[in-house]
Amino acid sequence: MNIIDRRPNPKGKSLANRQRFIDRARGEVKKALVDALKRRKVGETDGGEKISIPNRGIAEPVFHRAAHGGRRDYVVPGNKKYVVGDRIERPPSGEGGGRGASNEDGGEQDAFEFVLSKEEFLNLFFEDLELPDLIKTRLKETEATQLTRAGYSVAGTPANLNLVRTMRNSLARRISLHRPRPHELAALERQIEAALAADDAESAGQSKLELEHLQRRARRVGFIDPVDVRYNRFDRVPKPNTQAVMFCLMDVSGSMTEAMKDLAKRFFLLLHVFLTRRYKQVDIVFIRHTSNAQEVDEETFFHSRETGGTIVSTALEEMMRVVRARYSPDNWNIYAAQASDGDNYTEDSDRCSQLLGGEILPLSQYFAYIEVGAEATLRHGFPSPPTDLWRTYSQIAEQHRNFAMRKVADQTQIFPVFHELFAKQREHA
Amino acid sequence: MAADGGIATPNRLLFEGPEWDFEKIRRVYGAIEEIALGELGLDVYPNQVEVITSEQMLDAYASIGLPLMYRHWSFGKRFAREEALYRHGLQGLAYEIVINSSPCISYIMEENSMTMQALVIAHAAFGHNHFFKNNYLFRQWTDATGILDYLTFARDFVAHAEESHSAEAVERVLDAAHALMNHGVHRYDRPAKLNLEDERRRQEERRRHFESNYDDIWRTAIIGEQRDEEQEGQSREKRRAEIRRKLGLPEENLLYFLEKRAPRLEPWQRELVRIARHISQYFYPQKQTRLLNEGCATFCHYEIMTRLHEKGMISDGSFLEVLHSHTGVVSQPEFDDRRYNGINPYALGFAMMRDIKRICLEPEDEDREWFPDIAGNGDPYGTLRHAWANYRDESFVLQYLSPRLIREFRLFKVLDEESADALVVDAIHDERGYREIRRALARHYDLARHEPDIQIRDVDLEGDRCLVLSHAVHDGVLLDEPSAKAVLEQLGELWRYGIRLEEVDAATDRIVKSHELPARL
Repeated sequence: MNIIDRRPNPKGKSLANRQRFIDRARGEVKKALVDALKRRKVGETDGGEKISIPNRGIAEPVFHRAAHGGRRDYVVPGNKKYVVGDRIERPPSGEGGGRGASNEDGGEQDAFEFVLSKEEFLNLFFEDLELPDLIKTRLKETEATQLTRAGYSVAGTPANLNLVRTMRNSLARRISLHRPRPHELAALERQIEAALAADDAESAGQSKLELEHLQRRARRVGFIDPVDVRYNRFDRVPKPNTQAVMFCLMDVSGSMTEAMKDLAKRFFLLLHVFLTRRYKQVDIVFIRHTSNAQEVDEETFFHSRETGGTIVSTALEEMMRVVRARYSPDNWNIYAAQASDGDNYTEDSDRCSQLLGGEILPLSQYFAYIEVGAEATLRHGFPSPPTDLWRTYSQIAEQHRNFAMRKVADQTQIFPVFHELFAKQREHA
Repeated sequence: MAADGGIATPNRLLFEGPEWDFEKIRRVYGAIEEIALGELGLDVYPNQVEVITSEQMLDAYASIGLPLMYRHWSFGKRFAREEALYRHGLQGLAYEIVINSSPCISYIMEENSMTMQALVIAHAAFGHNHFFKNNYLFRQWTDATGILDYLTFARDFVAHAEESHSAEAVERVLDAAHALMNHGVHRYDRPAKLNLEDERRRQEERRRHFESNYDDIWRTAIIGEQRDEEQEGQSREKRRAEIRRKLGLPEENLLYFLEKRAPRLEPWQRELVRIARHISQYFYPQKQTRLLNEGCATFCHYEIMTRLHEKGMISDGSFLEVLHSHTGVVSQPEFDDRRYNGINPYALGFAMMRDIKRICLEPEDEDREWFPDIAGNGDPYGTLRHAWANYRDESFVLQYLSPRLIREFRLFKVLDEESADALVVDAIHDERGYREIRRALARHYDLARHEPDIQIRDVDLEGDRCLVLSHAVHDGVLLDEPSAKAVLEQLGELWRYGIRLEEVDAATDRIVKSHELPARL
């Protein structure tokens, strides 16, 4: 018998086949992904996604017999009460009381379920999207640096001493300069002793001379010489910012219905997933507002109701407060998404555009505004007058490239709108 | 070492505790081999045991249990599915995969405990291995020494074809061939043994032949050629019969026919069809002997592990672990149980073999009446070896299912007629029912009964080259329509001309239903 340990063999023998399968099912997979997303929470991106796709396109058809019709018999185990001639009602599924050994006929499943890894998930989902290629808002962004190994140097601190390199150099030098080895010296000493013991003064003297010569040489050619010493060298390289913070701003006043909030949630969720693809760490800050604003957790953000008027600028102020307190733009890439039904206290417009244009946009990578629940516009087929906020923001959008705004009326538009915002070939890019 | 609980005999345990290492496996293998060959009289191919991780086990699943395989998306699909089930804990992995090759390769997983490794070695490296080497179907139809070489050839050929003709083109042919794989076996005549050198040479010859020749039959037939029906009607019918004879119609091996006769396939496409056909043929015996094969392996591991325990070579704890796993494998849920999913081949196979052993050693009057030739013959292992070697599932059930087992399983037969509004219980476990149940159950294991019988009946060479297939309809059970249409599409991919599939009632010769696929020009 042979035992072979195959464990060290390369893994992922099936990866190529898996890739082919996903390519083949791409269309369906993407559709299923959008569904899968609905179940997620905004901050949840760990792990893969279990998705289920219809069997079209990836079916492997074979000739098999129909599940119904004709005359057939089954042999099944576990008879408890039946005697010959008993009648059993036909089970609705047509599966019979089981199908004996012939259950291979069943062949296909209606839906095919499998797990996408996180990477596959993100790649597929955002296949043709890219973060907008913005002019960097500030040079400071690359200010953080990190040390990376960059070869060896002859100078450095003892802590960075590279022992292996040093000893290798030392060995090479010792060999090339013929530094006597300890065992050679020891052999000579033994020879001298032996010669002395044998009263052979002449050869003892000769050996002594030789020994002294070698010892001198050993002293001159040091075991380790300063020229051998090598240190690990480190370079400072600018470190790109790998963390981002995403602000979710939402109007939670009475005019926002649950459906609208749900729309907003989907958009936030997409944005978050999208950001996690680019940044190692993505923080989320939820800010809700009515006539005043506060930072809350996700649960409260989406599910608790508040009454009151609507003053959008309070949310923007709150956002700036949080930025100043915790998310210095030097270290963080700031993204924001705002969802609202467009209502705003008319006098607040100036304040809003001032805050947004003057403070927030210069600090942010990107600010997206979506106006939810514009059903009326669509229903009647002609544009209703733009809302207060829309009018205000329209002016800002003209001046700032990192600001974008869209209207979303129902769920099916969320992904297209998102896609529009981040599609790789943006018209004005 | 701790005291052995007062056992006076010297400690003969082969191992203790769940950890395994290569040394222990060798030791256990030796002990198992002694029992398997010495006591059970098994005859096996040389063994090769390979240790793999669970991930590699999933890989092995995905390539239908073969150690190497060409690339195809369907294997990725299988992998994705198995992985999803496994990751969600819906399904454990098989403890082993064994490959019918010489040497016989058994995969064992590193996660298994030492006891499980021993069980797997007894099950796969001896049980399955013996079955592969001795069963007449395997001896006739598969070539254990050639399969690995052939798979290497197949993989390289597919990879090469993908390079020269694009992966999509190869995929189209393979998709089509896979759809017809069940109809890519010779059921009656024995195929020549695979020989790698021959395969290569033959493929080379085919290429050269193609370069220097056209097939005259095909070249001369012109599509849609008008002839005078009246005048030529009779001679035409004669010619067609002649052509049918020349082409060897009717032909039930669809892939074989396509490989040889499809007019518009390139040589490399024919080779792909041939590869699918060979792999299908390789698995054909396995499909017919699932019950026997698993029963044999399960019976062997049960006997061997019991003997190891009797000889004091495994501890009581280990033996309990064996029994725990064993009973899981051979459990048979009843028909009204939610877990019921047909008859468990492990359960029935194992029970039948235990029953045979009982009949050989301690027969009762009933057994003497039903099995006069083996009852009380005192040689259970010899009797079983004979059964393993010379039967397939259908004939095995027909020959050996005893009334006692029918009672134990409480088997009953239900008749389902389309015209009736309810199912009718036709036979139960009583004197009158035994033979009927046995016959019916055996029929369920007859591959010809649950794989539709489809043949190529005719091809209209002088007309539009329409390929005519027929499905022999038994008991009025037609083909599942959506899948039949989909398969015809795939068949069209290879044939390229029109196809008609007629469902012909086997009893009356009447065409019940007909599916058509237009030509792709």
